[in-house]
Formats: sequence, structure tokens, C-alpha cells
Amino acid sequence: MRIQGNVRLVSPLDRLPVLPAAALIWLAALVIGAIGVFQRLTEGHVPADYGSYIPWGMWVAAYVYLIGLSAGAFLLSALVYVFDVRRLEQIGKLALFTALISLIGALLIIWFDIGHMERFWYVYVYGRPTSMMAWMVWLYTAYFVLILAELWFALRHDLAHWSARSDLQGALARLLTFGFRDVGPEAAAFDRRALRLLGTLGVPLAIAFHGGVGALFASVAARPFWNGAIYPIAFIIGALASGGALLTAVVAFFWPERGTTNHRELVTFLGRMTLGLLVFYLVLEWAEFSIGLYGQVPGEATPYQEIVSGRYWWVFWLVHIVVGAAVPISLLSLRPRSVSFVGVATALIAGAFIAVRLNVVIPGLVTPELEGLETAYIDSRLSFTYFPSLMEWLVVVFVGALMVGLFYAGYRLLPLISSPEETTS
Amino acid sequence: MNAQPVSPLDAPPGAKPRTQPRKSRRGFLTALVALPVAAGAAGFGRAVAGAHEANSKFPGDQAAWRERFLAEARATERVATAEADVAVRQRAQGAVPAGALPRPSAASPAAVPVENELVRMQEDLQRAMQKPLEQREWVMGIDLRKCIGCSACTIACKSENHLPPGVVYRPVMDLEVGEYPNVSRQFIPRPCMQCDNPPCVPVCPVGATYKRPDGIVEIDYNKCIGCRYCIPACPYSARTFDFGENYTDDTPARQPYEEEPSPEYGKSWERDESSSPVGNVRKCQFCLHRLNVGMLPACVTTCIGGATYFGDRADPDSLISELIHRPNVIRLKEELGTKPKVYYFL
Repeated sequence: MRIQGNVRLVSPLDRLPVLPAAALIWLAALVIGAIGVFQRLTEGHVPADYGSYIPWGMWVAAYVYLIGLSAGAFLLSALVYVFDVRRLEQIGKLALFTALISLIGALLIIWFDIGHMERFWYVYVYGRPTSMMAWMVWLYTAYFVLILAELWFALRHDLAHWSARSDLQGALARLLTFGFRDVGPEAAAFDRRALRLLGTLGVPLAIAFHGGVGALFASVAARPFWNGAIYPIAFIIGALASGGALLTAVVAFFWPERGTTNHRELVTFLGRMTLGLLVFYLVLEWAEFSIGLYGQVPGEATPYQEIVSGRYWWVFWLVHIVVGAAVPISLLSLRPRSVSFVGVATALIAGAFIAVRLNVVIPGLVTPELEGLETAYIDSRLSFTYFPSLMEWLVVVFVGALMVGLFYAGYRLLPLISSPEETTS
Repeated sequence: MNAQPVSPLDAPPGAKPRTQPRKSRRGFLTALVALPVAAGAAGFGRAVAGAHEANSKFPGDQAAWRERFLAEARATERVATAEADVAVRQRAQGAVPAGALPRPSAASPAAVPVENELVRMQEDLQRAMQKPLEQREWVMGIDLRKCIGCSACTIACKSENHLPPGVVYRPVMDLEVGEYPNVSRQFIPRPCMQCDNPPCVPVCPVGATYKRPDGIVEIDYNKCIGCRYCIPACPYSARTFDFGENYTDDTPARQPYEEEPSPEYGKSWERDESSSPVGNVRKCQFCLHRLNVGMLPACVTTCIGGATYFGDRADPDSLISELIHRPNVIRLKEELGTKPKVYYFL
């Protein structure tokens, strides 16, 4: 730790010792994943397993998952900057940075998914206002800009302090302050006002854009499985649960002051909040599944049957229910004040939530829209079965590794974590 | 223009259609009776003459029914069948003695001045093309009783539009109905419905798909970003994605038939690994490039059972207008409010 004036700053090099084994695994993931990206860029969509009857696959599910993590982490940051929840003040910047990295990962993976990557900007030029997808793109672009601005105001004070350093962090801090290095009380007050304003704008924006992702599916009247009003709401609650879980796990495992009472209190609070959000999400899911299955109307019930007892039943029962819900709820209930238990539980929730997103995207597409379509023309692209191809897995691995790398770099190079003294100074 | 005529009916623009002169109803009925006799088809002539005589004994409604039925048959190339149906109905009511049913003979098809449906539809098409674009309403009709599930339309479409693997505009669904031993099969060709209220259009984030004034839903391949949102939005699964595959992948050489550009939308679309239409969503467009030069869609001219009809709904004299206003017509998933422009005749 380093003391400068009345502000105690945490040296980034004191954090996160690079374990050779972890570093090697990360590097291997990045390199192997890059092979998939290379394949995608050179061979297009040919190596993918999705087709024309199941046109969206794991990349779309991963996109929805990551964008949910981003929206959830951002909304938690709003608790600090908009609603003044003092207990969480220390994690405000970390939450914003987590939201930014998740958003970058989400945008990258959906970029790989479109047929003409070079035309992504058409949405800004030719965007059609009746399309939920167009709105989603516009809103998350605004959200991206807003996160960058909010993160800058949140970091500026610390960056100004770090500008005095002679190391790499100091050079980066000098660059990122853009010359605004005033650390006086007036500048700090201005930063706080800016943060409150941006956060206030960000809350409806994050709700709108992630609710919009839900509406993107829910507005497709041709698919009874998606066409329900609960989707936009469930997407937002799911985002809060998964984003909150990710943030809790990060705080539990990567916080520099592990072992202190302050850390345990923080993790306990975050764990309880995540538990509540997860239970709320499960209630919504129960409502959706029980009503969908009850009527046994083929178009509506078949996808739910496919989820609970179809070919990939284990995604729902093992990954989502057991790993992503039952085990974490047990851990969070039995040992709510144990940092390790809460960390493991929330990591499981965050990781397993991909199953929820997969079970939104894929089952909505596995039922033929017309009877007999599945055998009308035999072609591997006109099939109602799907399992991600190696290229799809590799691209996901690459994006995941890139996110971890970016997160680690940010964690080490930026003043993302404030000590209690600092935040109250 | 790369459209290649695939049948003698695919006359080039401006060519005089090979159609037989249209006759009035009265003239037609006269010919109906007179010609078989003149051709020396004794049995057939006797039956028709008998039916004609019997007709005079029928009350007015029966006579009207017969006249209407035969008039309809005139428009649908089913004269011989219609005559048989008339005779069967009259025999059932005791008007014609058993054994007097008409028997098709080698001479009868040539002897009866039937109008070819394809010729008529092409006439309808050329008449429609004289109108401004926004006054045309292209619709398709598929007579499920006549579809034999040969998939010739599917192949003709693939060939006409030069479609790669995985891209199919008009599959034919083959349904098995009933349980053994009472089993039958139903064939349902499924082109794009060119909906009047197309769910695929508003979801497109870049406005790359839109409804033309003549009702055809078009895709601008140069604008489509390949997000594939329109695919799940279509309730008929009528859209497919071009993954960039070729039938000759993993073979020593690409064959010429795969290198020819697609003529869709009246343009010349050269496929290579990264340029449109590779990476785009594609769909049936009623062979717009053929319509523009006065030719019927490839699936219509290829259908060996004459099950597919096409024309301008806004023209009350067109064959398609007559057919779609009958009571035996359904459209798929009308409950979704899509207002499809493909009619199925049951």
C-alpha cells in the first residue's frame, strides 16, 4: 500500500500476482480461440453448425448473456452513483469497468455472428425504427458512450493522483486525464455531480436496452415460445442477478483487502442481494414455464418440453437448476458470511447463467413452423438440431480470454478499487 | 438478364403468345357437342349428345349448373373431366343410361378446343405488365389436389435462381395423414407468401427488406447485414441464409453451373466467398426477373400437374382471380394477420 497525502492508494502491482499456471492457461485459451476467429474471418459461416431453421446459435446466446452481465453490473453501479448506497461505494468503479468489459465482449461476439461484418455501421445509417434490433444497437451505443464517460469521471480523481507516478500506471494516468488533473474539492464535487447525472441517465438506458433485448425476442409473434410479455422483465431481473453475481465473485476473490471485516461485510451484503435477485428471477421463470407447459398447446409447450426433457435436458436441470441455482442458494443460505462460500456461489450463478440464455435462444427455434418442413428438403442447413461447432466454441473461448485479459489489464493499470479511507476523503 | 427459358411457354418478351382463339360460352358449348361427333368418336359423341338431350329435360337449375360447370371447366383445361362429371351426375339422377359415360379417346384432347391454363396465365401476366407497377397484385395459387409431390418446382426454382446448398425457396412438404392401413399423403409446396403484412419486414434493423408496390417482398442484398432476425420472424420459414457453400466444395473443380450469376431482382449476382448474396438472407421473389420480361415464375411453368397458378389479383379477368374467389381456398396461418398472397385450393 502507498500513502499519498490523506489518500491511501492501492498499488496495482500489489494485487493479483500472476500465477504462471493461470497465465499459461489464459494464453493458451487466447491462442486456441484465435484459431476459431481466424477460421471465422477466412471461411465465414461455413464451419458453424447453425443453419436456416435454427439461424441463431451459441454466439447469440453468449451475446445475450454478456450484455445481461453488463446491464446488471451497470445497474449495481447506479446504486452508488444515483441512489447513494454508501455500503457499495467502494465497488462503484469496479462495477462500471465490469459493465464495460462485458459490453465489449458482447459486441465482439455478435459482430462475429452477422453475415457481413463490414456492414455493421449500416444500422446507424439505414436503421429502421420498427426493428427492436435497431433500437437495441442504438441504445447500447449510447450506453457504451455513457459508460466510458461515467468511468472517466469516476476514475479522474485517482488518475490525477496517479499522474505523479513515474511508472507505467503513471504514464497511462497522465494520458487518460486529458490534462484535467485538478484534485481539489471543487473538481471532486463536479465529478460527483457528473456521475450522478450520467448514472441517472444510465439507469433508464440500461433498463431500456436490456429490456429491449428481451423485447427483441418477445416481439416475434411467429414464435409462441418467445412471444410473451414476461421476457423483457425477466431479462432485466436476470441481468441484475447474473451481473450482481459476477461482481460479487470478483469482489470476493480479487479484492485487495481480503480477510478484513470491511471485505467480509461487503461480500455478505452483495451475496444477500444476489440471492434475492436470483430467487426473484426463479419465480419469474416458474411463472413462465408452468404457464407455458400447462396448456399443452403444441406451439407454445413444445419448446418448454424440449428444455426440460429434450435432447439437452441437462443444460436446464444440471447446469441451470443444480449448478446455477440449487447449489448457490444452499451455499448462500448456509454460509452467508463466508467470503469463500459466497464467492463460489456467486461465481456458479454467473457462470451457469449462460444456460438460461441458451434456453431462450435455441428452444425457440427447434419447433418447425410448418408441419413437414423438417423433411421437405434434406440439407444440413435445413435441420432442427443444433450443437455448436468447434469454431463456435473457439470464438467464445477467444472472446472470454480477451475479456479476462482486458479485465486483468484494467485491474492492474487503473485505479478501479477505492479503499474506505479514499472514498470518504 | 440470365433467365433461360425452360419451357416452350417461356416466350421472349414481345413474342406473340401461342394461344388459341377464345370463344364465347355459347360457341364453346356448340363446339363441345359438335366436334367430337365430327371427329368420329362415336362413344364420346353419344355420351355428350345424350347429356345434351338430357339437359333439355332437366329443370332450370340443373341446366344452369351444367352450363356454369362447363364454363368453368373451359378455363381450367378440364373439359373432358367436366364432361364426365356432368354425365356421372346426370346418370345418378337417372337422366343418362348406365354405360353412356364418356370415354377419353386419343382423338378427344385434340378435338376439344381447350384453352391452356399456362397460356392464359401468360396472357394475364402480359396484360398486367401493361399496368403501372403499383396497380399489379401478384398472387400465387396452389391446387393441392393436383400436386403430386414430385418437387419439380423446387428443382426448377433452384435452377432458375442458381441457388446454393442450404438455400431453398420452395420446398414441398410431404405429410403422411392417417394411420395404417388408412394412410394418405399430402403435398404442400411452400414458396414465400409475399405477405401483405409481412412480419419479416419491420424487424429488419437496416431496412434491407421491404414490400414493393406490386406486393413482392424484396431483399436488397447490398444492404442486408446478415443478422438473420427476419428468419425467425417469418411464420412460414420462407427465408434461408446463404452460408457461402457450393455443391462442388471439396471437389477438384467448381462447375460452370455454380459460377453463373443469379438473376434475382433483375440483377446479376456473382457469388464468391464474401460478396452478396453470400452472407445474406434469401427468399422466393416470385421470379421477379422473369415477370419483368413477361414470363411466368419457373415453378409455375415447370409444375407437371399444372397445380401452381399465378397472376394479378387486381385483374378480375385473370385466371388467378377466378380461382382465389372460390370457396375451397385457404391461406396458411391467416390467424397471424400476415395476409399471405399464396392461396391453397383444397
